[in-house]
Amino acid sequence: MPTLDTLKLGQSATIQEFTDDFLSLKFIEMGCLPGEKIKLTNIAPFGDPIAIEVSGYLLSLRKQEAATIVVKINPENTVESCAV
Amino acid sequence: MNLVQSKSSHTSIALIGNPNSGKSTLFNSLTGLHQKTGNYSGVTVDKHYGSYKHHNVEYQLTDLPGTYSLYPKSIDEEVACKALLSNSEKIDVVVIVVDSSNLKRHLLLATQVIDLKKPCVMALNMIDEAEKNNITIYKEELEKLLGISVIATNSRNKEGIKELKEAILNAKVSDSIFYNFEKQKQLFPQTNSYEQIITSQFNDKHTNNELIKGFELADNIHRFAKINYIVAKCIKQPEQLSKSITQKLDSFFTHKIFGFAFFFLVLLIIFQFIFYVAEYPMTWIEEGFAYLMNLTATSLPQGQFNDLLVNGILAGISGIVVFVPQIALLFFFIAILEDTGYMARASFILDKVMRRFGLNGKSVIPMISSVACAVPSIMSTRTITNWKDRIITILVTPLISCSARLPVYTLLISIMFAGKQTFLGFNYQGLVLMAMYLLGFAAALLAALVLKRFLKTSEKSYFIMELPVYRKPQWQTVAMLVFDKVKVFLFDAGKIILAISVVLWFLTSHAPSNSFDTIETKYNKIIVATNNDSIKTIYEAQMQSEKLEASYAGILGKKMEPVIKPLGFDWKIGIALITSFAAREVFVGTMATIYSSGDSENTETLREKLIAEKNFETQQPSYTNAVCWSLLVFYVFAMQCMSTLATTYRETKHWKWPAIQLVFMTGLAYLSSFFIYSVFS
Repeated sequence: MPTLDTLKLGQSATIQEFTDDFLSLKFIEMGCLPGEKIKLTNIAPFGDPIAIEVSGYLLSLRKQEAATIVVKINPENTVESCAV
Repeated sequence: MNLVQSKSSHTSIALIGNPNSGKSTLFNSLTGLHQKTGNYSGVTVDKHYGSYKHHNVEYQLTDLPGTYSLYPKSIDEEVACKALLSNSEKIDVVVIVVDSSNLKRHLLLATQVIDLKKPCVMALNMIDEAEKNNITIYKEELEKLLGISVIATNSRNKEGIKELKEAILNAKVSDSIFYNFEKQKQLFPQTNSYEQIITSQFNDKHTNNELIKGFELADNIHRFAKINYIVAKCIKQPEQLSKSITQKLDSFFTHKIFGFAFFFLVLLIIFQFIFYVAEYPMTWIEEGFAYLMNLTATSLPQGQFNDLLVNGILAGISGIVVFVPQIALLFFFIAILEDTGYMARASFILDKVMRRFGLNGKSVIPMISSVACAVPSIMSTRTITNWKDRIITILVTPLISCSARLPVYTLLISIMFAGKQTFLGFNYQGLVLMAMYLLGFAAALLAALVLKRFLKTSEKSYFIMELPVYRKPQWQTVAMLVFDKVKVFLFDAGKIILAISVVLWFLTSHAPSNSFDTIETKYNKIIVATNNDSIKTIYEAQMQSEKLEASYAGILGKKMEPVIKPLGFDWKIGIALITSFAAREVFVGTMATIYSSGDSENTETLREKLIAEKNFETQQPSYTNAVCWSLLVFYVFAMQCMSTLATTYRETKHWKWPAIQLVFMTGLAYLSSFFIYSVFS
């Protein structure tokens, strides 16, 4: 299963599970729950950190943190272009 | 103020909410100017409290630090949770502040607070933004499900403030329960309330840790299931949120080229203001104090007390107040950057680079501002929420060459190089000056790298951070922050600076036994006998020089000589090292006094005297290139600033950190100067 850090800009996905206990608690209180839809909206100039849209707001996180979130890429949204 | 009102009769209210919920603006709207800043004991978190009157009852209001949940993940969050649960300072009513345009996530903390079974009301804040985004909230339905009063507020135009005050008056405990009751019975059979479980996190941290984490996970997932139901029932919102403005601005502010270009423009503007613009009010303050000191000195009877008042206390206060323009200007910009949401973006684009050095994206502004002065810079590290990143930034920031070092650099460089010497077409003096600034920057980054390895912390470092939507700055919030920071500096760091100033005054103006009298009698005789005014001035300057040599500072300087001799410094430099602890530029003034070159504003005479100075034993020039280089490098690294140390103490609430700063910087300075002097001589 892919993790959040492998998403492409503008790609949407659904959160499946977490692989880090401490970070999972932080993610959940920030509204990133399993089953929640997310979208990669921004990548910082040096490729890291990244920003996602989740439950109606923007959240930034480092790639190594994103790597602890297992996602399922939403097929219907892969071609959607993102205005950059 | 009604003085009859006794202390116990007031109602105490706490404001709690997520960061970016507009909590502080709401707090300002409720209290107006009736507010103060203190601090929570043992931690560096500022405590904001204030009061207002409603129907002749006094309400005491505390603005708790922002938190995302009642399971704290940072020091600020822990303070907020503990204050909410505190038994010593009982809270009568809790006002839960939520962002209406982002209600779902904000309801997590809200339902947790409701479960504590305290009288609550909810402020549906920034209601205008929800409306702008076509979000409709069915308030009555929300009140029914949450079991508390819900008031729509817009703290920007004071909408709903009156209604909120009315609701606080009638606040009640909700009948609804949102926590995972099953999980409580399973994991904490001995407890019978949610409050007990939350409180137990702080009682026995280690034994309970795993159990609490298990409960937190179950609790929050359970909560969000309930919140989803509430959201479905009470909120109508468009499928895709219209964040087009934020999205467009983000694609510019985080752009590979424009993003950095804009950030450097921001730095440039801040820099211009705290370096050049601040100079005008600083000069006015200095001239104002000089006038006041002169007035006091001449209008009060001569003597010890007069001298203490003028040269000890007034000079000390002048040295404190002079920082105000830089602090006010820096915080004016920082408040705007924070309030508009830009600071989070700056942090976002810089994180990768700064992380390597154990620093944070938010460390950049303090570090650059430090070129003007380390004092406001250290104060501005408050914006760094991660404790370790913040401490490292505070510790290394004073290594960056500040404006007070410039007069020292200029004097020393002018001794070594005549103005016209060039290297590859560049002026030598300018090149050396630039090298000193670069040396400071390099040292700060390297020190950060080293500290990153050695500093241990229990707080986990992460960068999971909300990027708030862009908003217009709130001028009231900006003004309050500037006012607050100036006040904190004047009264907290100020008293330490004043105390050290008085000590330094004593050291330079007092001498053992009656050695001052002997010098004065000697010179007074000659001065009286002279008719020529210019010769009189020379004698007076010589007298001051001899007095300084005889003073405690002079004795200390001579005692220090064996220690600083390996660096190429004599006791005269030793005295200047002591006095320049007040501020680095004092070095020049002290040297001027020692060499009795008269007016300290005119460094040309001093420069000539220093160049002409010969070693007493060898009859060789004292200020060789080796000595000058050594002294230059010493001033780049050494912690020669009491105001910085006082500010570090104020911002870390522990003497350990200024002590570490003093030892590591001065140690680094000593070793580097020793090395430089050995190589050059």
